Amino acid sequence: MILKGKVWKFGDNIDTDAIIPARYLNTSDPAELARHCMEDADPAFMTRMTPGDIIVGGENFGCGSSREHAPIAIKAAGISCVVAKSFARIFYRNAFNMGLPIFESRDLADAIAEGARITLDSAQGSITVEGQNRKFSISPIPPFMEQLIADGGLMKHIAGK
Amino acid sequence: MGYTITEKILMAHTDSKDIAPGRLINARVDIALGNDITAPIAIREFRAAGGKKVFDRDRVALVLDHFTPNKDINSAQQCKTVREFAVEHGITHFYEGGQVGVEHALLPEKGIVLPGDLVIGADSHTCTYGALGAFATGVGSTDLAAVLLTGELWFKVPESIKFVIYGKPQKWVSGKDLILNIIGRIGVDGALYSAMEFTGETIRTLPMADRLSMANMAIEAGAKNGIFPPDEITEEYVKPRAKRPYTFYTSDPDAVYAQTCEIDASQLELQVAFPHLPSNVRAISRTGDVKIDQSLIGSCTNGRIEDLRVAAGILKGRKAAPHVRLIVVPATPFIYRQALQEGLLETFMDAGAVISPPSCGACLGGHLGILAEGEKSVATTNRNFVGRMGHPKSEVYLAGPAVAAASAVLGRIASPEEL
Repeated sequence: MILKGKVWKFGDNIDTDAIIPARYLNTSDPAELARHCMEDADPAFMTRMTPGDIIVGGENFGCGSSREHAPIAIKAAGISCVVAKSFARIFYRNAFNMGLPIFESRDLADAIAEGARITLDSAQGSITVEGQNRKFSISPIPPFMEQLIADGGLMKHIAGK
Repeated sequence: MGYTITEKILMAHTDSKDIAPGRLINARVDIALGNDITAPIAIREFRAAGGKKVFDRDRVALVLDHFTPNKDINSAQQCKTVREFAVEHGITHFYEGGQVGVEHALLPEKGIVLPGDLVIGADSHTCTYGALGAFATGVGSTDLAAVLLTGELWFKVPESIKFVIYGKPQKWVSGKDLILNIIGRIGVDGALYSAMEFTGETIRTLPMADRLSMANMAIEAGAKNGIFPPDEITEEYVKPRAKRPYTFYTSDPDAVYAQTCEIDASQLELQVAFPHLPSNVRAISRTGDVKIDQSLIGSCTNGRIEDLRVAAGILKGRKAAPHVRLIVVPATPFIYRQALQEGLLETFMDAGAVISPPSCGACLGGHLGILAEGEKSVATTNRNFVGRMGHPKSEVYLAGPAVAAASAVLGRIASPEEL
């Protein structure tokens, strides 16, 4: 998987209430949820982002509530992937289960500015930044999670068994 | 080499004879939980996968507790979806209306979750049931759908962190203060992917209500689960409630821990977590002058009868300060009735409180206690993220029921000792 896009940077501990505030959880419609994606972290996010863009977060991205509405909102907003220093565990599960690509990179977030253009190559396990020579590595995805992605998410994985 | 309680429970739910942290396992699930926010997506996924029958209608709990009593048309639609599914599949543990309580108070109270169980819930505070000596963890809706279909789910066996707590807590200091202090020490990702195992002499005499409050907030340190070794206190709580057999597991003396953390509970003051992270904890003597607009006493963390008794003891003969909204949310109908019979509700009403029906609404900024721009609430809940209880520019201060009650009276964050 090769993903190219413009970076939107967020800090540490971006919680799922910030990704999709609970006041919008009276629906599970992806398009409706996408309208409020990242609203309490950056109210203007949805007016500024364009589909294909990449979210880059710090530590513990997606902490808090188990709401799958969070990765659903990010995916439906058109974000191609999320790269963070680390992910909260339920968000991590949810993203793989429902098919939002996410990657861990310890160094990327601190080395780039918002608006940077990056290219992520999941097979190579690397990220390059436009205008920089440096290459950033992404943590390898555990084989089981790779299988989940290959199968198209958890439900299809189960159906295939 | 020995096993931890978490490893033993996980292993007992697989066919393997060995287990180790980091290993991926497929495990049988005893109880699977969903609510009015998370179950609709699980139901959609279940149907999309061709699901015709849930794995075991006695082992699924569907609790309509978040945006109920229905706060708007969309919320009513979500409840309708879940209700129709529950009826179609003859779900035994389906709760709504006058039977519904906040799920993590309700399931232990009803004896639906038991020691030794493996419980998953599409709600992050499912970790609460670790108080009973169960392995319980929050998952997403798709995970719930998979369990509805197969009765099994994949898990990565977590490392365990052992918390050894000793010393006699000071007056007013509760399980909530212990867990806030721990989260303050280790941070909101201090136990990421790990099991938090609570032991020590303080724990051995700690009442079940306090254990439930502590296990409830394990997720606020990023943990997969929080767990207490079951003992006489567990037995006393579970025995009259259980309708099926249960098992007490305990960690082996030579079990392996990634980390051990010792805490002297006798040194702890009451604790308050300032906005906007549960780890932003200060001792009550260092909170300064924080004026409040609301005090919320309730939730899956602190909406039990023991919490209401503490609050009522402080509020008896006193009134909430002018312009402070005091909201009390008994977590279940049983607790509500107990509070009524014990005269606690009268004490709350005399103090000027609004008594809410059991609901998660206020805690997550759904309804029944939303904050306006710039408002501050002290709350006995578990999260104080930006916008958690309303406007993105409102603030939530997490504390136990003693601080919440005293703060309501004084109109600022305060200790009951100041009254």
